[in-house]
Amino acid sequence: MAIPISYNIRNLKLRKGLTIMTALGIALTVTTAVFLMALLAGLKKSFMSSGDPVNVLVMRKGSVAELSGGFDASLFPTLKTLPGIAKDAQGEPLASGEWVVVVVLPRKDGTGEVNVSVRGLMPAGLTLRPSAKLVEGRWFTPGQREVVVGQSIHNRFSGANVGDTLDFAKGQWKVVGVFDSGGTAYDSELWGDVNQIAADFDRQGAFASVYLRATDPVAADALKHRVADDQRLKLEGTLETEYYEKQTRSGGVIKFIGTVVAVIMAIGSSFAAMNTMYAAVAYRSKEIATLRIIGFSRPSILTSFVIEALLLSLLGAVVGIVLILPFNGMSTGIGNQLTFSETVFSLHMTWGVAMTAVIFALIMGLLGGFAPAWHAARQDILTSLRA
Amino acid sequence: MTITRFVIKSAFRNKRRSILTVLSITFSLLLLTVMMTVWHRFYVDKGDAQSAQRLITRHRVSLTQNMPVYYREKMRTVPGVVAVAPTQWFGGLYKDEGKPENFFAQFGTDPAEIFTVMTDFKIPDDQLAAWQHDQAGCVVDSELAKKFGWKIGDRIVLRGTIFPVNLELTIRGIFVAPQPSITIYFNQKYVEEAVSFAKGRSGTFNILADSPEDVPKVAAGVDAMFHNSPEPTKTESEKAFQLSFINSMGNVKAFILSICFAVVFATLLVSANTMAMSIRERTREVAVLKTLGFTRQSILRLYIGEAVLVALTGGALGCLLAAGVVIALANAPGMGFFFLGMRVTTPTFLLAIFVSAMVGLLSAIVPAYHAAKLDIVEGLRYIG
Repeated sequence: MAIPISYNIRNLKLRKGLTIMTALGIALTVTTAVFLMALLAGLKKSFMSSGDPVNVLVMRKGSVAELSGGFDASLFPTLKTLPGIAKDAQGEPLASGEWVVVVVLPRKDGTGEVNVSVRGLMPAGLTLRPSAKLVEGRWFTPGQREVVVGQSIHNRFSGANVGDTLDFAKGQWKVVGVFDSGGTAYDSELWGDVNQIAADFDRQGAFASVYLRATDPVAADALKHRVADDQRLKLEGTLETEYYEKQTRSGGVIKFIGTVVAVIMAIGSSFAAMNTMYAAVAYRSKEIATLRIIGFSRPSILTSFVIEALLLSLLGAVVGIVLILPFNGMSTGIGNQLTFSETVFSLHMTWGVAMTAVIFALIMGLLGGFAPAWHAARQDILTSLRA
Repeated sequence: MTITRFVIKSAFRNKRRSILTVLSITFSLLLLTVMMTVWHRFYVDKGDAQSAQRLITRHRVSLTQNMPVYYREKMRTVPGVVAVAPTQWFGGLYKDEGKPENFFAQFGTDPAEIFTVMTDFKIPDDQLAAWQHDQAGCVVDSELAKKFGWKIGDRIVLRGTIFPVNLELTIRGIFVAPQPSITIYFNQKYVEEAVSFAKGRSGTFNILADSPEDVPKVAAGVDAMFHNSPEPTKTESEKAFQLSFINSMGNVKAFILSICFAVVFATLLVSANTMAMSIRERTREVAVLKTLGFTRQSILRLYIGEAVLVALTGGALGCLLAAGVVIALANAPGMGFFFLGMRVTTPTFLLAIFVSAMVGLLSAIVPAYHAAKLDIVEGLRYIG
């Protein structure tokens, strides 16, 4: 017969101080792990949702990022007339020649300067990115020194409000609008007219990349291969989704460090939980012997103590998750090794992260609780009663 | 029995509990020491003396913009400048492109002057001369050579990503850097002759100043010289330049600090828990000690000494493990520049030991105080 769980809950309540301290120790470990996992989840979200499966990004063969060099603008008409490209209302193909450059902007909180990507695009570039919606002001006018800023830039950098001017490259740029692309990597960019940007960075007559919007995902795949197969072009097409998936790799270091930190802290907490459970067993040796005498079997004693340890760690997990909630949505930036610039992303608490945290805590509880529970179940009845 | 022996005996009277506590503290302190080492490396360590004498100039607008190479000759006229070498990041791919462990820094430079600027990079004279005579030659860091099994005379191919050219380089020399630099240098002329837009441009300039004290003056001098030109510069010390890359990883400072705080607090909880358990168990013993004439102060001291001893044992073990972990991290493949040449320094060790002692002290204060002011009769009657 199983020992009721209420027995364990009462025992945990009885020794409040010990329970709370052990649970807090586990909670701190869980908080740290959850923090790191939520960070990674946010990073993934930012990059994964950035690509549009029907957009094809064309770059020079061998380039790994839009920053790496460029190709002659004379190839643009050829690309524009490839089959499978969607047309806008006027019947013009949705193709945009673009430049991405990196500029330095001061952070709002005064903690230094950060590299930020500036994208020069053609008006079609706005149409082929329907996820980017204007939230304030208006889009830039071609031929003017105007930029629109992504939501994250607007939030994190000074002078990035509508009506402000930003100073970079060969002079001042007027901020005329703010756009939101739903937390994607574009939110960390400034957008302006491609010709103006190319002129300011002495890069006229070439593009770093050309974006083509295909009619459907199948056409996008065909378009990608058509670009690569054309020997005259010496260009390479990538689906936008693939391109951003590659960039998620910049989270690799965080992931590695996070795992190491979480595992080491978990080992430490398991030892602490083991200590508490051993003490619980020692205090109750007479009680355990009594339970045995009135007919509870060894397996049910073992189960009961393991459950008690699990309850303890579950309490820790709940406290740990609650502790992290105020930080949910907090944003931070991460340097991208491919673009040299900062992509802003938020701490993203998901059910998956919470579930992983609970499982993580339960493993700690199990590791810490099993040996003491085993010890309790193996106790000799007579010796315990005499103690 | 001396007091010390008494403290040691009582600290380990319940072996299992003491060992578990020590191990728990060990792992926490291991993490704390590693974090403090990272902190030290990034924010305290000013680099060696020679590094402190160097500066790096880049385009004011951004690192990805190049500057005219004639800036180099103008920079020489700035007071305090001893030598200037241009460096251009090549960013090529070696062997299997997807693998981060195949990543290393590749700079196009001027073989005539780069080792004059990098005073602490040692290369045999004959190898340097051989490199200077071969435009398609390169010199590689000794650690990198060891990792890839490169020897002098080997050929390596770098596939260009920024510059549309594949470099076929012959290794002419192997240099030794004070800390592994995972860098190779080749002659920038090779790239310039293959790629028209690379001609006459340089991404960065490495400057050697005549003393570390002159570094701020040189930085200001260089930037002032190009302030009103169409392509202004930004000059900073080598360390500051490197730090700007680390800062681009996000708010690393807050990140490390919050982990350290969580670890210390968790350790404190563990230790306090153990001490509370252990002292409460001995309520009757305390009463006996008092009957024998031990004063409150000495009882307080006994218990605090016991806690500090346990915490110190854990702390010392944690430090030793941390030294091993840091070495493993520094040599781990695919970590890029992050942990390169990192090791636990003496001040970090001392700080970690101090923290563990403090944890022991703080964790014992409350239970030891209660034990010290215990009423003898009450204590003798206590049945646990």
